[in-house]
Amino acid sequence: MGMLLCNLDSSLLELVRRTSTELPADVRNVIHQAIQREQQDSIAQNALNIIERNIQLAQERSLPLCQDTGSCLFYIDCPVGLDQMMFAEKAREAVKEATRRGYLRQNSVDSLTGKNSGTNIGIGMPVFHFHQHNSPEIKVRMMLKGGGSENMGQQYSLPMVSLKANRDLEGCRKVILDAVLNAQGKGCGPGILGVCIGGDRATGFEHSKEQLLRKLDDTNPIPELAELESTILKQANELGIGPMGFGGKTTLFGVKIGAMNRLPACYFVSVSYMCWAFRRQGIQLSEDGSVQNWLY
Amino acid sequence: MIQLEAPFTEEKIRALKLGDEVEITGIIFTGRDAAHKYIHEGGELPPDMDLKDKIIYHCGPVVIKDENGDWKVVAAGPTTSIREEPYQGDIIKQLGLRAVIGKGGMGEKTLAACKEFGCVYFHAIGGAAQVLASNIKRVRGVHFMEKFGSPEAMWELEVVKFPVVVTMDSHGNSLHKEILEKSTAVFNRLVNK
Repeated sequence: MGMLLCNLDSSLLELVRRTSTELPADVRNVIHQAIQREQQDSIAQNALNIIERNIQLAQERSLPLCQDTGSCLFYIDCPVGLDQMMFAEKAREAVKEATRRGYLRQNSVDSLTGKNSGTNIGIGMPVFHFHQHNSPEIKVRMMLKGGGSENMGQQYSLPMVSLKANRDLEGCRKVILDAVLNAQGKGCGPGILGVCIGGDRATGFEHSKEQLLRKLDDTNPIPELAELESTILKQANELGIGPMGFGGKTTLFGVKIGAMNRLPACYFVSVSYMCWAFRRQGIQLSEDGSVQNWLY
Repeated sequence: MIQLEAPFTEEKIRALKLGDEVEITGIIFTGRDAAHKYIHEGGELPPDMDLKDKIIYHCGPVVIKDENGDWKVVAAGPTTSIREEPYQGDIIKQLGLRAVIGKGGMGEKTLAACKEFGCVYFHAIGGAAQVLASNIKRVRGVHFMEKFGSPEAMWELEVVKFPVVVTMDSHGNSLHKEILEKSTAVFNRLVNK
């Protein structure tokens, strides 16, 4: 623990900076592929070209790629014995410093008074998820999720009569597509869906966001879910909503679905919508707290 | 690509149609939630602030002071426009606006005002904060800084070739409405509704 403290501050700050100003390779790849796919000189293709230019500019200037730097979500895999309170405090300091330096916008508002804390620190912000594991490794993943996309998240309780959606994977398919239809271009699409089938109303959304930590080009190890993911991706793109809702072939870049156990009486499908500015990054720390490698 | 200089004439705005890609050069004013509510409730604008034939941009920019003490916009993408739907139509009439820039589109009331008073809705690329900031060449001034705070203040900006798409025109057409109808038809087929 003593050694870890040496370089932890600067590693966490660098994690926040890179998350806000650079998109990971898997996201850049799907954006680039979508440009090839859209009709030449269509407004959809031109929108994606502007998006790609924006990604380059943000990286060169080391400035936020979107002015809504969203909520700060941390996911930490750690060994037994890591002082989680200390670690969370270090991460809060990194967020404060990143805000002071302009990598993050002042984005934490008191819900009763409307007052902005100015630091991105407040009750429930940032968000921490610690997972202990039987390994000495410490991995810290970070995701920034903007308000426009967060507003497009939905939770369905099956059965749903209006869509004839029953408590099965076919019912899940219908409600997940419904979430895409309702979002139109308002979540800054093309989007990426994180979905959880099952769980309760709280854990369902939590797990749906964790699905977004998966790389876009991975394959779901559960065959039924892998199939559902590819079906929804294909059908969502048939909807023709397109980049920014301008119309076009790319409505979603990816769909990641997980499942959790549920109560016999409950069947929730929780859908989190992520915008094209899919800011997530991660680091594995070496013993002295420096960055050993980047995870995305 | 259509080049337009702000302020606009009604004739130029009436000539625009859905899907037109436009680059705007000239003056734009930012205004979001606080400004719209204030103007709608009859709040007065400073005498030197005339919005006739001009543009309101739904945007809460990140603005800093550079080494010379001059304002510099470092991130300036659009914010979601639909929150201003209760106010926008009346404000178009009241101020004589010729254009609104934002993202996500707006509703029937704004669409009707665009038709009646000769105004359009331009869609900017959501999230493209760096590209759009680089098209802002100068901050001419800021209004309501004390009252609304920096993101909500009305920034008067000089832009060059600011890229937007016409998604609601002055003839009652809305790309948002069209795409919603088309995608709903496909959806109904996909879920056997």
